[in-house]
Amino acid sequence: MATGENNETSLPAPTTNSDQKSTPSQLVTALQREHGPWITEVIEAHGEITAIVPALHIVDVCSALKTGADARFDFLADLCGADRGVEEEPRFEVNYHLFSTTKHHRLRLKVLLDEANVHVPTVTGVWRTANWHERETFDLFGVVFDGHPDLRRILLPDDWQGYSLRKDFPLRGYEPYSLK
Amino acid sequence: MSAVNIPPQFEIVDRPLDTQMTISMGPQHPSTHGVLRLELVLDGEMVVKSTPDIGYLHTGMEKLFEYKKYQQGIVITDRMDYLNPLGNNLAYVMAVEKLLELEIPERAQTIRVLMCELQRIASHLVWLATHALDIGAMTVFFYCFREREKILNLIEAASGGRLTPSYFRIGGLMMDLPSGFERRVQQFQDGFLKSVEEFHTLLTGNRIFQKRTQGVGVITAEDAIDWGLSGPCLRGSGVNLDIRRANPYTGYENYDFDVPTETDCDVWARYLVRMRELKESHKIVAQALGRLKPGPVKADDPKVVLPDREAMKTHMDALIHHFLIVAEGFDVPKGEVYHPIEASKGELGVYVKSDGGPKPARVHFRGPSFVNLSALPHMSEGAMVADIVAIIGSLDIVLGEIDR
Repeated sequence: MATGENNETSLPAPTTNSDQKSTPSQLVTALQREHGPWITEVIEAHGEITAIVPALHIVDVCSALKTGADARFDFLADLCGADRGVEEEPRFEVNYHLFSTTKHHRLRLKVLLDEANVHVPTVTGVWRTANWHERETFDLFGVVFDGHPDLRRILLPDDWQGYSLRKDFPLRGYEPYSLK
Repeated sequence: MSAVNIPPQFEIVDRPLDTQMTISMGPQHPSTHGVLRLELVLDGEMVVKSTPDIGYLHTGMEKLFEYKKYQQGIVITDRMDYLNPLGNNLAYVMAVEKLLELEIPERAQTIRVLMCELQRIASHLVWLATHALDIGAMTVFFYCFREREKILNLIEAASGGRLTPSYFRIGGLMMDLPSGFERRVQQFQDGFLKSVEEFHTLLTGNRIFQKRTQGVGVITAEDAIDWGLSGPCLRGSGVNLDIRRANPYTGYENYDFDVPTETDCDVWARYLVRMRELKESHKIVAQALGRLKPGPVKADDPKVVLPDREAMKTHMDALIHHFLIVAEGFDVPKGEVYHPIEASKGELGVYVKSDGGPKPARVHFRGPSFVNLSALPHMSEGAMVADIVAIIGSLDIVLGEIDR
């Protein structure tokens, strides 16, 4: 291994491979052109691409990205919720971090949810790994994944009250918890 | 009627007519590697259904991040995967650095690679020790912990902590390596390959070990990807995927190493992959040692990186910056990032969301153990009870990371 090379390339390479024919941003724009309502906005920041997807279309978008010949997002790296703040509307978001085991590119899908309607269709039919991620998001944020095969609390006890990662849930909880 | 009211899911049901029985394995079972409970439905000795029950170690770490300044979060990461704390440090620190768009000096990057690979060896050694112990080979444990002790001593020399180093900081390292560190690493390096041969002598040719692992816990490549397996578990199913190669970070693209894969898809294959990874990490450590050149170990950003002690004694502005960083923290621009690294157990991804200000709005850890464990029912249904122990061992889970 020649050690002279690393002086020029000491910085980490960007996570998206730009010399490929179809980068994630091109893929997302192509999908947007084909199906207008599927993707409402595409944001590019810090070398990562985020596509905002309406909750209604999330399964369609995921399936299309998984099976598309150029996309091949066959690996759901992560799925997590976030609370944007008690006053924010839409208040909740669900982030899907997609990865391709063959093309090695990454993409984030984001679903925004109003507090009044925290329902989003499950993607367990697309990737089975979504099962536990969705249970965790349900457990900590109270986001309901419609059609999930086993939507129970996963980290907290079954009789826990409230959703602990919401911004209005106090850090130390309401009262000391004890098993009944 | 019994005096204690047992909830139905805890009740041990014995149905002699159809011979099925539900038993609870764990959370205090020694081979569940912590506090994992499995609800097993057994037909004789065969597992019909297994349902993992986690959360016994849940301490709300992700909530805690939102109440701590960015630099204070590093300490929390140590306590997630406590066998690979430097990997956790790296993933978190790099995610915040991505938001801040900091440039890390080359020496700091090389030291990060060096320490992470030593930590990977230490983590794999604990896996090997406990995996062999679970299956009944006790001797391996002592040999592995002897080697691991040497690495922990090295980590302690550099950072002051054995299990909770918090050595990587936002913008670089806590401090430079102590003098004579390279020599001590070299001493470890010189003896390590011989130790790996010792492990092989103890285990690889052992007929009992082979019988207990070959053909057990099979998961095909397609299923492994679908279940989100990563790291050695995925490579044991023949998928050549390593984040260090696929999305290189902290300079891994400049290192020469192989990504071991095995195609048997069983516990044995995952064993062989990790055994080969020990040697690959050894190779990377050797290269990193050769590349250590004098230079700064902290980024040049006085608003984010703590100043040197000496500078604080002579420069007023250094003292002010130190006070502001410690007392108020530093503002991180609005945005969100997901940074994946190849930890010892697989893809460790950190999602950090900032709304501006000195504290994150949301920090989420995608722990490889969490996802790998979720595939356990798929691998274990149809297996024998004793095989469950082998399969859990081959997944290399750490409950601190699963429950967070």
